Amino acid sequence: MGARVVVEREIPIPNKEGLHFRPIMQFVDIAQRFHAGVTVHCEDRRADGRSPMEMLMLVATHGTKVRVVAEGADAQACIEALAGLVESGFGEL
Amino acid sequence: MITKKGINASPGVAIGPAFVLDTEEYRIPQRTIDPAQIPAQIRNLDAALDAARQEVAELRAAAARKLGDETAVIFAFHEQFIADPKLRTSVVDAIEQQRHTGAYAFAQIMNQRQRLFRNVPDPYLKERVRDLFDIERRVLRHILGRAREDVARLTEPVVIVAQDITPSQAISLDRRHVLGFAINVGGQTSHMAIIARMLGIPAVVALGDITADVMGGETLVIDGTNGIVIANPDAESLARYQARQHEYERLTTRLRALRDQPAITRDGVPAQLLANIEVPEEARIAFEFGAEGIGLFRTELLFLSSPRPPTEEQQYEAFRTVMRAAGDRPVIIRTIDLGADKLAPTMGGQHDHNPALGLRSLRYCLLHLDMFKVHLRAILRASVEGDMRIMFPMIATLLELRQAKTTLADVMEDLEEEGIPFRRDVPIGIMVETPAAAMLASIFAREAGFLSIGTNDLTQYTLAVDRANERVAHLYSAHNPAVIRLIHQVVRAARRRDVPVNLCGEMAGAPIYCQLLLGLGLQRLSMAPANIPLIKGVIRSTTMERCQTIARKVMQFDGDRQVLNYLRDEFRGLDPEDET
Repeated sequence: MGARVVVEREIPIPNKEGLHFRPIMQFVDIAQRFHAGVTVHCEDRRADGRSPMEMLMLVATHGTKVRVVAEGADAQACIEALAGLVESGFGEL
Repeated sequence: MITKKGINASPGVAIGPAFVLDTEEYRIPQRTIDPAQIPAQIRNLDAALDAARQEVAELRAAAARKLGDETAVIFAFHEQFIADPKLRTSVVDAIEQQRHTGAYAFAQIMNQRQRLFRNVPDPYLKERVRDLFDIERRVLRHILGRAREDVARLTEPVVIVAQDITPSQAISLDRRHVLGFAINVGGQTSHMAIIARMLGIPAVVALGDITADVMGGETLVIDGTNGIVIANPDAESLARYQARQHEYERLTTRLRALRDQPAITRDGVPAQLLANIEVPEEARIAFEFGAEGIGLFRTELLFLSSPRPPTEEQQYEAFRTVMRAAGDRPVIIRTIDLGADKLAPTMGGQHDHNPALGLRSLRYCLLHLDMFKVHLRAILRASVEGDMRIMFPMIATLLELRQAKTTLADVMEDLEEEGIPFRRDVPIGIMVETPAAAMLASIFAREAGFLSIGTNDLTQYTLAVDRANERVAHLYSAHNPAVIRLIHQVVRAARRRDVPVNLCGEMAGAPIYCQLLLGLGLQRLSMAPANIPLIKGVIRSTTMERCQTIARKVMQFDGDRQVLNYLRDEFRGLDPEDET
């Protein structure tokens, strides 16, 4: 393992239907490609970015801000990829 | 070991693993488990998650093919949700730390998740609670042994545990794999009970919440003769019931051996034993039990089992199935006998104050001619398949019979115009189940091609007793002298007019009545298929002379107790081997 890197980014959910099934699956799919651990915060709730169940339980609706924290050697690349996905509105905009 | 007492619905003993059917609502009991059971609970959970995931994967593939990606994505998510290690971990923790059963732990966790969604303002996301619900039910079904395609796809013999068995479930039952039934609701005359008796499958009903008390896979003993169910029996109880099961099976085998023997008294008087059936598939079973024909095909289930009235084609299919199974044996089709306790979803919300005396059966049909004509068309179209007879129920006046026959003639005319084949000479008979029809039997016999005595309703109307009302049910007895005299009168009238007569009430299938009925002159009896061997055994061990003596004696009694005691003695004297 390389150096322990922690990066985080706060992003509003831009798509109308919020963090629902397809976005979650896309998010989890990308998170799984990296070694870094991913945690997503929404208000007082917290989810493992690789757990579809926990991601759903964030109930992140349109406009709410989620804070994505990546931790690990490839954390920077990971967060860029994830932020890109969220900001693009999961291709639903 | 848990012992529960219910109502005996179908005799016999069954022992086997429980298969708990989907119920309306899951009420998972909060049970604490022994630490030794933890690994088994976890293994069961893993197997359930895995099976549920595979099930969803199949649904996803099917959805992708048929409905496109939008639907497939839903199942894809369900699949990921079920496979999520975080889900498993949280349930395993609850099993290990709080010693909950896998089912309870899983249900609790899913409940917490669902609660969170209830407060979500966003309507779209809020709807996802339904998905959680769906996932919960799917996995629970597997944890509890409730497989989705349920009864239709059983692969090993099981005891069915359910809230209730609907007619459509009963139809889809794979009989080879059903050992017994333990049912929450019902009584001896509920459809479930009737079907179980027909199939000869032991059943106990009215068990309260047996579905919550039993887990899938647990060993169950069903004592359908005494209405007892035992879950996880101890070694001693198990041995005792195994012995009783063997004894019962020995008796059944002995009776089944009679299948190909004729129903004939020792002094050479033949009788004809027919079967009462409710669903087309029963016909085949009836013939396996040695039925010489179908004496009563109850057509109501066709109407009760679906929210819409069945189409002409659906009805035709059902009648044709029965006719084909029967070959050249006679089949009596009774036109729909809905009403009173059997209300179809389509019959509307008007409730009679006194339904047994209300707008039911043929009366209802004569007021709803469109529906009735479709029904008659389907019956007539199937008539070309063999020896069919049509029977009208609940006749009280001659006018009703004439109206029904006129309607039938109209339908025949329509079919003729359309060039659709049917049998114009199909015999038309009536059920004699009102005291009015019984008393005027000789008049009805002039206009009816045959008479069939329905003793269930005849007894109820003669004695003014609703047998489904437990406060007066003890007053209901088919052996009341008044009922017996009416039966006698009908038989004599039919004979004088040279019109065939049979009896198709439950009385026909009860061994103690058999000698009396033969003695009264009845030679055709129609009963639940499973009773045929027993009745045949009685007939083959008595003589007509003896039966006639019994009938003469009974006609002199003035009370039903006296009749019953006498018939019991005469039956016991006949077959000392059988104690039940």
